[in-house]
Amino acid sequence: MASIEIRDVSKRYAGRAILSGLSLALEDGECFTLLGPSGCGKTVLLRLIAGFEAPDSGSILIGDKAVADAASGRMAPPDKRGLGMVFQDYAVWPHMTVFANVAYPLRLAGVKGDELRDRTMRCVELVGLAGLDQRLPSQLSGGQQQRVALARALVSEPGILLLDEPLNNLDANLREEMRFEIKALQQKTGVTILYVTHDQEIALGIADRLAVMDEHGKLCQIGTPEEVYEHPADDFVFRFLGIANFLFFTREGNVLRAGNSRESWRGPPPDIDGKLLTAGFRPSDVLLAREGEGFSGIIRRASFLGAQFDYLIEIAGVLIRAALPSHECVARGLLFAEGDACRVELATVQWFAGHVAAAEKL
Amino acid sequence: MAYIELNQVTKRFGVITAVDRMNLEIAQGECLAMLGPSGCGKTTTLRMVAGFEDLDEGEIRVGERIISSKAKKYYLPPEQRNFGMVFQAFAVWPHLTVYENVAFPLRIRKLPKNEIHARTEEALKNTNLLPVAQGSPDDLSGGGKQRVALARALAIRPDVMLLDEPLSSLDPHFREEMRFEIKDLQRRFGFSILYVTHDQSEAMALSDRILVMRAGVVQQIGTPLEVYSDPANRFVFEFIGLSCFIEAGLSPEGMYLGGERHPWPEGIEPPNEIIAAGKGLLAARPTEIDFIGEGGIRGEVLRKVYLGETIDYRVRVADTEVRIQKTRHTAGPSAGDRCGLRFTRPHWYPADESSEK
Amino acid sequence: MNTRTKPAPRGFGTPELLFLLSVGVLVVVVAFPMLLIFFNAFWVNGHFNIVDVLAVLRREETYQALLNSLILSGGVTVTGTIVGTFFAWLVTRTDLPFKSTMKLLFLVPFMLPAFIGALAWKMLLSPRAGYINRLFMDVLGFDSPFFDIYSYAGIILVETMYLFPFVFIQVSGALERMDPTLEESARISGADLFTITRKITIPLVLPSIVSGALLIMLYSMAHFGTVAVLGVEIGIYNIPVLIYEKIHQSAGSFDSIRTATVLATVLVITAALILWAQNRVLAKGKYQIIAGKSFRPTELKLRGLRIPLLILCIAYIALTIVLPTATIFMVGGLKTYGLPFTLENMTWGNYNHILFEWDLTRDSIWNSISLGIAAALITMFAGVVISYVIVKMKVRGKGFLEFLGMLPFSVPGSVIALGVILAWSGKFGINLYNTVWIILVAYIARYMAFSLKANSAALEQVHDSLVEAARAAGASMAQALRDVVVPLVRPGMIAAFFLIFLPALRELTVSVLLYGPTTRTIGVAIYTLNEDGETVYSAALAGIALIIIVVGEILIKRLVTGKSGA
Repeated sequence: MASIEIRDVSKRYAGRAILSGLSLALEDGECFTLLGPSGCGKTVLLRLIAGFEAPDSGSILIGDKAVADAASGRMAPPDKRGLGMVFQDYAVWPHMTVFANVAYPLRLAGVKGDELRDRTMRCVELVGLAGLDQRLPSQLSGGQQQRVALARALVSEPGILLLDEPLNNLDANLREEMRFEIKALQQKTGVTILYVTHDQEIALGIADRLAVMDEHGKLCQIGTPEEVYEHPADDFVFRFLGIANFLFFTREGNVLRAGNSRESWRGPPPDIDGKLLTAGFRPSDVLLAREGEGFSGIIRRASFLGAQFDYLIEIAGVLIRAALPSHECVARGLLFAEGDACRVELATVQWFAGHVAAAEKL
Repeated sequence: MAYIELNQVTKRFGVITAVDRMNLEIAQGECLAMLGPSGCGKTTTLRMVAGFEDLDEGEIRVGERIISSKAKKYYLPPEQRNFGMVFQAFAVWPHLTVYENVAFPLRIRKLPKNEIHARTEEALKNTNLLPVAQGSPDDLSGGGKQRVALARALAIRPDVMLLDEPLSSLDPHFREEMRFEIKDLQRRFGFSILYVTHDQSEAMALSDRILVMRAGVVQQIGTPLEVYSDPANRFVFEFIGLSCFIEAGLSPEGMYLGGERHPWPEGIEPPNEIIAAGKGLLAARPTEIDFIGEGGIRGEVLRKVYLGETIDYRVRVADTEVRIQKTRHTAGPSAGDRCGLRFTRPHWYPADESSEK
Repeated sequence: MNTRTKPAPRGFGTPELLFLLSVGVLVVVVAFPMLLIFFNAFWVNGHFNIVDVLAVLRREETYQALLNSLILSGGVTVTGTIVGTFFAWLVTRTDLPFKSTMKLLFLVPFMLPAFIGALAWKMLLSPRAGYINRLFMDVLGFDSPFFDIYSYAGIILVETMYLFPFVFIQVSGALERMDPTLEESARISGADLFTITRKITIPLVLPSIVSGALLIMLYSMAHFGTVAVLGVEIGIYNIPVLIYEKIHQSAGSFDSIRTATVLATVLVITAALILWAQNRVLAKGKYQIIAGKSFRPTELKLRGLRIPLLILCIAYIALTIVLPTATIFMVGGLKTYGLPFTLENMTWGNYNHILFEWDLTRDSIWNSISLGIAAALITMFAGVVISYVIVKMKVRGKGFLEFLGMLPFSVPGSVIALGVILAWSGKFGINLYNTVWIILVAYIARYMAFSLKANSAALEQVHDSLVEAARAAGASMAQALRDVVVPLVRPGMIAAFFLIFLPALRELTVSVLLYGPTTRTIGVAIYTLNEDGETVYSAALAGIALIIIVVGEILIKRLVTGKSGA
């Protein structure tokens, strides 16, 4: 298996800097997710590692071997880098059967006869396609095709598996199922995975560690899913990882006044200074009650979503979203209707300096 | 009071019964969602109400008026039913401007000019389309096109709005927004809605009552909360929301999981008729299972995945895997731990009841 | 994204080499002959001269040819569009019995060469000798013939029979793919079927109708055969016929060549205008009317009209396909043209003679088949390389390459033939005139666009990621091409082969300008035999040609569907 090291890599496209001076190290055997909005350069980074693009400056190491080095002009072609890759559009060869698709990398490596057959079939079974090996891709569903792509990427036992939004085109249930499977495969084979996506749920669900990249190709934070979600480095990370509520405060003496209201912050004091601050929190941070402590709020919209109730609440002149488990709402008498008054407390908040703009839509 | 009434409505295509003796009442101003897997007959039902399909049995009334009747061999043609309808693929006419699309049904009705104008403007205003009224609908996004379709349906001020998967072709991002807009329009104009969808969260968020259908047969009708919390059978349980099932051998003394006998944990005894059958299916929502230190049904945490707002667990109980979801502020065991499970709202179904799959 | 793996774009590499090669081929084969036409039309003694061009156009003969082209193609466009739209609607939107069979039958005229049809109709309806007219006058005792096919109306009718499928295909396709909820939503809005047809359906398929109509016009404009067979005798000629006469009858004289090039220029400009109009219609009117989930559209119940309309369809097919085809075979079997069709007047001898005894006809069959295969093979391979450069490679100036490749699409056959004569008659060192090679060169120019279209379409399907997946799997670029690209493009190449081979087999417009004593093609042989009064042999050869064409079409359907299904 292998580690990946990216050293001070820059890449320009049509005069625009996509990546500038980016460094990143992946440990051997970990599942690493690169999360960022579309067009942020994360796919470019993946293609640089794969060898479909060459860096303008900097170098890339796989294991301890430099596969690309702008200074010396060294550039190993993709077929010599010992990696497996899965593409967003599957890229399963439509003229080959499942077996032929999966066997192809082994054939190229000169594996023949029984060994070819055994190793291919083992991999076909590993991804749950046993019995479908003689089908053509056109006879498979999207999820099955993606499994073929996965098997093909794994068959020659590469040290590194590069995944480029491979679950994008699948429906929600399948996406979840495949997410589990990729993770399970990784644990079984020990391959190092670099998974590129803009879907924060997949990223959190699959990664041992993840990096969040902003629109300009800058790495904002690297950490475990829990670290990044619970302790975001900045408001971009906070906003990008899920539904984000923001409440503005103005410091007046010892009091933090909320929005343009008379209400003030009564929780533990924030650990940052400044006159203007913003509290960021998730729907799951909102604790609701009929009466009692906390901000007074008005329910503006109530939607039942099955496992949870989704409330849009106005507090201190701002609209925020709250999510409560349905059984809890029923048990505690928290079935609000639109127009109902309520009390809002916040379990945890992230403080940001200044007035942070809310996400574009609630 | 029932406004739309379906009475023993049946439709067959060849040997397949697409809709089987369906009875349904929809009140004035009510929103009823028909939910089911594809091919369950929900769209066929909608098309029978719209008048695009005739009936093999039964009749359909609106108010006092019969609009379809097999016995009387009477079918009011769709163009005379005065319903609003919105289709999955938008069906806005690309050769007409947004304004002309909306004015079309009014022109067909030969209303006076100023009234056509006033009503078209009103419909456009209510769907936030006034700024693009003179443009081509092809220049609009999916959401925009669906708004044109809504405005066109609104223009005739219908009592009944038929919606055939109106949000399925939209980006997930727009779906939620449109959902609220439809709800809002209904509140303002007071029409009844018959809504076809295969997306359960859409059905729950939008409708007053949900009808769950399977292979042409109605499985359950009730409010979203009723259908979610008390599913009539295993199919409905599985179709609406996440679910997990544990198959258990049963005797009056307790339950057998994977051959091992467990005493009844607190609050979990099945109804007697299921005990009598000797085995049953314990069903629960992943959010309605708690971790407890002592007692309960024992299991082992296979994996724990941190998903942000929720934490997703897989727990092995005897030979089945149970999925559990807790919000992120709830403490829970780690992967590999032994744990006890308490079912807060268990459901029991006969073991041989067929599933969705 | 970029498929290259080299760090910096090099000054000159494989892509550039392929690009230059492609440009070279297209310039020599396509651009050079075309430029020669314009040069000859506008330059006299090395000077640009527009006055002479206008003088040529004002000449009675040229003016008449222009007018005739306009009348004939206009007429064919109108009738063909009406017929095509009507039948398209009938087989898609009504409860007509045997709709799918009817739909296939309406496509058959596409296979049949129009000039063979013209030949058949001449045998049936020429004013004095036509069998139907003689039946009418001799047996039924009328004074005048039933219908004189030697007329504007006659030519328009015959061309309509063979060109209406252009509109039929476009319109029935649009009607079939159209989302039925577009019409259902009009119904629910309160409109009845008649209003829906008028206000929704027709406006939505109008772009398809217009684009099909323009294709009819383009083909009719460039058509040589029908007018040559039916019109020349009474002095009706269009531009391609006049070009033919100029080249053939006053061989080599500067003035006639010049007249021909001026006519060719007019033809090219008209064709370009038509294609430009079609592009605009398609770009502007390309409504998004296709949708996924659908019930079948509401079919109009024909009720009492069901059977009469079915009979109309059958009669139409009988009249336009069965009757002419039967006539060709029957006349081909007559001992002498003009004899009644009785058993003692029939013989297999004619067929035997043209197939095995007569060099002229035997050679023509051989020429057409070998020319077809050679042209198809060459354009297929050249096309795949050029398409690869256009679709997959990042090189500057590939737009120019695409333009060059697609140019012949808008250039009528007679113009290409003329250009080839100008380029390859020894003026520039190589003289291919009167050899089979000059026809081959013309065919390559004529059909290159077909090959580019088929191959580009196939290559577009081969996403870059398929190649990249192979590279990531350990394949070198050459291995990726061999194992992934070539197998995936093969169906497109096979399609290209037949898209060229079949039309080449029955081609007349180009080869009639280029043939020499021993290099007749089937089309030319049929045409010249007919001109020489050898009607019976002409018909027999036409019959053989029909058999070859139909067998070819069937084989191809088998082969292509078999391949793509695998």
